[in-house]
Amino acid sequence: MSAPPEGLTGARALPVGRRALLVEVATAEQAQALHAELLRRRATGALPPVAEIVPAARTVLLDGLDDPHALAADFASWSIPPLTAADAAAVVLPVRYDGADLAEVAALWGVAEDEVPRIHSGLEFRVAFCGFAPGFGYLTGLPERLRVPRRSTPRTAVPAGSVGLAGPYTGVYPRSSPGGWQLIGRTDAALWDPGREPAALLAPGTRVRFEVFG
Amino acid sequence: MTALTVVRAGALTTVQDLGRPGHAHLGVPRSGALDQPAHRLANRLVGNPAAFATLETTVNGCAVRVDAAVTAAVTGAPCPVRVDGRPVAWGAPVRVPAGAVLDVGSARAGLRCHVAFGGGVAVPRVLGSRSRDLLSGLGPEPLADGMSLPLGAPCGPPLAADTVPWPGPPTAGLVLPVVLGPRDDWFVPEARRALAGGDFRVSAASNRIGLRTEGPSLERAREGELPSEGMVLGAVQVPPDGRPVVFLADHPTTGGYPVVGVVPEPSLAAAAQAVPGTPLRFVPVRA
Repeated sequence: MSAPPEGLTGARALPVGRRALLVEVATAEQAQALHAELLRRRATGALPPVAEIVPAARTVLLDGLDDPHALAADFASWSIPPLTAADAAAVVLPVRYDGADLAEVAALWGVAEDEVPRIHSGLEFRVAFCGFAPGFGYLTGLPERLRVPRRSTPRTAVPAGSVGLAGPYTGVYPRSSPGGWQLIGRTDAALWDPGREPAALLAPGTRVRFEVFG
Repeated sequence: MTALTVVRAGALTTVQDLGRPGHAHLGVPRSGALDQPAHRLANRLVGNPAAFATLETTVNGCAVRVDAAVTAAVTGAPCPVRVDGRPVAWGAPVRVPAGAVLDVGSARAGLRCHVAFGGGVAVPRVLGSRSRDLLSGLGPEPLADGMSLPLGAPCGPPLAADTVPWPGPPTAGLVLPVVLGPRDDWFVPEARRALAGGDFRVSAASNRIGLRTEGPSLERAREGELPSEGMVLGAVQVPPDGRPVVFLADHPTTGGYPVVGVVPEPSLAAAAQAVPGTPLRFVPVRA
């Protein structure tokens, strides 16, 4: 997962109310690199105090700033190093590839059903951001040709641990909930445990691989 | 340990403190008391630090029995307060004897009371907070009849507060300042004028996640979806039906509908006390 070094060309820092700033960049990779840089700067004290750093698809939100406008003016001069494997924790999730939408996904990919586990477990993913539910990570790393649409009718209950695909993302449901992603398998890993430190197995920036299990 | 037993849970009573900020990147809402000034005042009146947990009631209060004498205070929406049936003060420290029932009645105006007890409601913390988050289900279950809740040890003398500045619930009308952006350019100019000049009303579908509105529908200037982005407290998000929603404490941390503006945090306590049907206006203000 390497990209040529780049600054924040084309980045826009949009004020959000009086205490927050939304930094918008062109690509998901730039958003992840910006997020990593913000965490580094916060760790070294180079960032003004901020309550929340919330990455998303093409943006990073900084909430709880004393002076968003001062920071907005600062971004132009930042250079953002590309993401490296070294700057993130790695997690391997064992998966039983027996999801309810496995046949559908195989058809969309144009492969046999038993090829899906081999292809999916051969990819490197990264948690771009969380949302939808505590500990639900949106994982990037799926090549464009393997993207599948959401189900036209969401399921009212998707079991905890279900591994699903939707658009550019792979996700794992931390607990049973309604959901519209195409389900390819299931893991027994505890994605979310508020009594554990860290509570979320898949925090933004974490690298993820899936492993064929059983 | 001192404990409360719930005699009458009310329509919706939850344990709330100052919430669990700092976890939005994991998809965890901040949660916490909706009427923060009322929560802080209730704690102050019983000698608690602001971070101690109170009960947040909705519309028709609640009643609890205490197993040991405790000081309590009710703030937020004005309502009748009784100890074993006898009227006592609202907005002041009240002594509740061992075995007595504190009854917080129906709000005369506004929606939500905060009920503090000396020592605070001492249920276990989840991610540093005792708040019930109704979006993601973190924190203690909402109160139910018969439920028991532990109280902490009182840590300070109740504070005398003879005069308490308090704006009261927005009975005549709710006026919310709004700082436009970050996505006001997703709307046609008429929509921005409708937001600034329109007569809205507070919808009955409002809850701890958001204050929903009835009235003008804001028309978009562009089609398509916004990639998911981080959301802040007070964000005025506009779903496809065009009716603005003001995000309150249990709001989702990311969302894909455009945010036309943000209501600054100090105005959200009034939003939390606005009963359905209350006339509502948005007033654009400078950042």
